[in-house]
Amino acid sequence: MAKDLKEIKDIEEIKELGWDELLPGAALFSFREPVEDVAEIPMEERPYAPTNSHEWQVGDWRVEKPVYNRDYCIDCQFCWVFCPDMSILSRDKKMIGVVYEHCKGCGICVEVCPTNPKSLLMFPEHMDNQEALAMWPKKEEKK
Amino acid sequence: MVKKIKNLKEFSLSNDRFEGANLMCPGCAHNIIVREVLNATDDPIIVATATGCLEVCTAVYPKTSWDVSWLHIGFENAAVAAATISAAYEVMKKKGKLPPATQKMVDEGREPKIVAFAGDGGTYDIGFQSLSGAFERGHNFMYVCLDNEVYANTGGQRSSSTPIGASTTTSPAGSVSYGEKMMKKSMVEIMADHGAPYVAQVSPSKWKDLVKKVQKGFEVNGPVYINAQSACTTEWKHAPEDTIEVSDLGVDSCVWPLYEIINERDEHGIIYSTKLNITYRPKKKIPVEEYLAAQPRFRHLFKPENRHIIDLWQKAVDARWEYLQKREEAGV
Ligand SMILES: Cc1ncc(C[n+]2csc(CCOP(=O)(O)OP(=O)(O)O)c2C)c(N)n1
Ligand code: SF4
Ligand code: SF4
Ligand code: SF4
Ligand SMILES: [Mg+2]
Repeated sequence: MAKDLKEIKDIEEIKELGWDELLPGAALFSFREPVEDVAEIPMEERPYAPTNSHEWQVGDWRVEKPVYNRDYCIDCQFCWVFCPDMSILSRDKKMIGVVYEHCKGCGICVEVCPTNPKSLLMFPEHMDNQEALAMWPKKEEKK
Repeated sequence: MVKKIKNLKEFSLSNDRFEGANLMCPGCAHNIIVREVLNATDDPIIVATATGCLEVCTAVYPKTSWDVSWLHIGFENAAVAAATISAAYEVMKKKGKLPPATQKMVDEGREPKIVAFAGDGGTYDIGFQSLSGAFERGHNFMYVCLDNEVYANTGGQRSSSTPIGASTTTSPAGSVSYGEKMMKKSMVEIMADHGAPYVAQVSPSKWKDLVKKVQKGFEVNGPVYINAQSACTTEWKHAPEDTIEVSDLGVDSCVWPLYEIINERDEHGIIYSTKLNITYRPKKKIPVEEYLAAQPRFRHLFKPENRHIIDLWQKAVDARWEYLQKREEAGV
């Protein structure tokens, strides 16, 4: 039986459902309810539908993850602007951290971070972040 | 309404309307460009995308990565789709038939922005006739070409944007060939010759230049063409973390010059004046060789028998840079 999208409440249910099981013409919505002015609403407050990729994760693509060290960060926002995957969380002009559900581990944020030592560094995925912070390198002397 | 973006900190206040957990490759520049374009405004945006990596990987059943109105269209007709949306919008506005939420934003001076995204295959090649038609008719929309110089989504075939010497699956380098034989088409000038009021070339690594040009484009009335350099980690074969560095090398070697062309055209398509501005001048123009060396798609050019192609590259880039400077100087 073809299903109407309105009957689907749970993301797990959609994962089980083939495209050919939806009613012809069914639309997959970004939000659970109409949102008039998306640009004014921060991600945390949006009523995402389960069919919005925001509700999914690609973190398991990574073998290495970026770890963030607040101690050296100057909030320049280079990491924010160049992250291809909306995975640098910045609020009120401050860098807050990495969204590990969406980060694909590309390493661009680490490359563009200008501080010395860097405020973002790649570590093996399985390593604990506290452990990574404890072994953070010291300032590199200019040669 | 022009969004105030004085510096990067201010830009970072933007609420992204393009979502994570899309299936683009790690380090893909297409995504960085899309973010910078969408975040250049807080006004409503309607997007049409041509088939290509961006369309295919941001709308995989049952997900969408778009929080703006988004139209999935064919490979060859992103421009005509956007032009149609634009024409329909103008009629609805004139007849007072816009949805109330949209009407409210229009009353506040926040006109919807209509943007088409397409790859170089969808722009330089297969989408060219619909793009040319939409520009000739003068519809009010912005067309952004995500130029990774290859048909990336189908496994890396050459397009008319692929530059000389690049190894692709249909111009493979080997014992008898140095790869692609033709230099890429000058798409920016071709689009400017349609009389479009605003045409520009951008790179995602120079975010401020890109955002400024997109904002200028949103303000003019008529078709706007933006040619965006899009480093492709999969087909250019560089490491994902090097996307921004490779982009910068392109800009600083003048392989990818940043400039804009402003036309004054009337409703009959008569062009009264044309002005070209170079918007970024490298402090030190680096050799093209450094740009090529950063991308394994050009690795074979460093063999002794292919070295002459690197010399040819440098000559071509120097001549183009010279040409752009002359045009800027002459104000044409
Ligand atoms: C009419 C038509 N021909 C061929 C295809 C197959 N096709 C899908 S994407 C693609 C390549 C797109 O290349 P480009 O426009 O450069 O975008 P990119 O993937 O590189 O971003 C091709 C050939 C298609 N979808 N429709
Ligand atoms: S790039 Fe580095 S210094 Fe700048 S905001 Fe990000 S972590 Fe902080
Ligand atoms: S590793 Fe890549 S995806 Fe992850 S936060 Fe850094 S730039 Fe973004
Ligand atoms: S193949 Fe290239 S353009 Fe396509 S998603 Fe991957 S990096 Fe991006
Ligand atoms: Mg392409």
